[in-house]
Amino acid sequence: MGKHEHGAVDHIVPIRMLVGTCIVLLFLTAVTVWVAQLDFNILNIPSMNLLVALSVASLKVFIVAMIFMHLRWDRSFIGFLFVVACLLVFLFIGFALVDTAENEPDIIPGNSQQVQQQLDKLAVSAADPAHSEGGAHGDDHGDAHAEPADDGHH
Amino acid sequence: MSQIDASATHAHDHDHDHGDDHPAHLGHHWENSKQQFEAGKLGMWLFLSTEILLFGGLFVAYAVWRANHPEIFKYGAQFLDTFWGGLNTCVLLTSSMTMAMAVTFAARGKMVAVTICLILTLFGAAGFMVIKYIEYSHKIHEGLLPGISFYEEPHASHLWLPLDELGHEEEATEALIAEQQSAAFAVETQRESELPPPPADAIVWTKSPAATGPEGFTDSKLKIETSELRLFLPESVVAKVEDALPMLEYSEHHEAGELPHLTHPLQDPERPVNAQKFFTIYFMMTGLHGIHVIVGGIVITWLIVLTLIGRFSRGYYTPIDLGGLYWHIVDVIWIFLFPLFYLI
Repeated sequence: MGKHEHGAVDHIVPIRMLVGTCIVLLFLTAVTVWVAQLDFNILNIPSMNLLVALSVASLKVFIVAMIFMHLRWDRSFIGFLFVVACLLVFLFIGFALVDTAENEPDIIPGNSQQVQQQLDKLAVSAADPAHSEGGAHGDDHGDAHAEPADDGHH
Repeated sequence: MSQIDASATHAHDHDHDHGDDHPAHLGHHWENSKQQFEAGKLGMWLFLSTEILLFGGLFVAYAVWRANHPEIFKYGAQFLDTFWGGLNTCVLLTSSMTMAMAVTFAARGKMVAVTICLILTLFGAAGFMVIKYIEYSHKIHEGLLPGISFYEEPHASHLWLPLDELGHEEEATEALIAEQQSAAFAVETQRESELPPPPADAIVWTKSPAATGPEGFTDSKLKIETSELRLFLPESVVAKVEDALPMLEYSEHHEAGELPHLTHPLQDPERPVNAQKFFTIYFMMTGLHGIHVIVGGIVITWLIVLTLIGRFSRGYYTPIDLGGLYWHIVDVIWIFLFPLFYLI
């Protein structure tokens, strides 16, 4: 822990340490840009580039929070606030992504014929945009009323 | 921790002009400067937590959209310039350093150095916004925008203008451009060969310069290209029409090799469906961040004024410290935005 200069309200971070921190942060920025150009697919790990970029970003944020934002010398309760906020965002993103990954519109069997036709059509247009006239107009639901269901209700 | 021990309680008073145990900056409900400082800091950090959660909502939107449509993000990121994004990162990091330096100098009572550091930080904020302006205006000019703006028809050869008769173009200009844009929306992604015939009420001018002039009309229709527009229309009208044609400019840059991605989205058969969503989330997130940079700049300006009128001292620089925390959180958000948008 750093020393307290006489008469100060708070711990004082030396100028030299601030300059050094900034140099480290600029270096890490260069590293992120460089790493983003590499292709990690050879390792067969999906979204490896994204993980590396976010890891470096998290390290940079940690350094900014500890030194520039003074957390290293503050009461631990203040650091607790920061960590809780970050964790809540992490939790929010995590559960939203779990929901996205698990989402299956036809998980409950027994859709009505019309609903099933609509789902099939959406699945085709999602798989191959060229087959979807409505999709080409930039509208997710553009073909919802494109054709009447001729063989429904029989 | 040690700094909230009672031993530090009246430490500042030894250096303070008033010399009593209740200096001017200290609210009457506080025991001492230390307690006031810590309370202010706690309040600021609570506010910063809500800021993190505010941006958190947008990060969730980003994550879900990208998980559902990774191809849109891969495609859209090509239109962002890593150079400008990286430069802005460096500008913000450096200005964060000068802000932290201002706090250090303030705690040591060196107010001239504080003023210089705050002015440098303000330059950083202004520099960031200038770079953002360059990036935004570039995208707006090219029509790389959220929603239907992204689909504005850019082809000069696709420009069908309904004109009643020669000589009335200027009065009709606003309506012409509006109609051209709505017609353009209808044909947004079709190739030139697939273009529908022009509306029945449109006057189409022939493309041949030899056929210009009233005798050159084929039936009641003329097809216009902008180069030929100059032959018929006042310069102001031509300028307005050209404003509606970001693609022309884009093509020139394209030929000059100034743009990394050579195909404009409107001409690109490889463009994924709903590519405009990348620019929706891009403008939302960087826009909200930009607003924070502007607010930060206002706060720093206010701090400079307070420093210049001698409001701060070794014993009291709480606003500089807390304003600095706000500036750092702006930096923190950008540290995540940069790789998420520019380095995909």
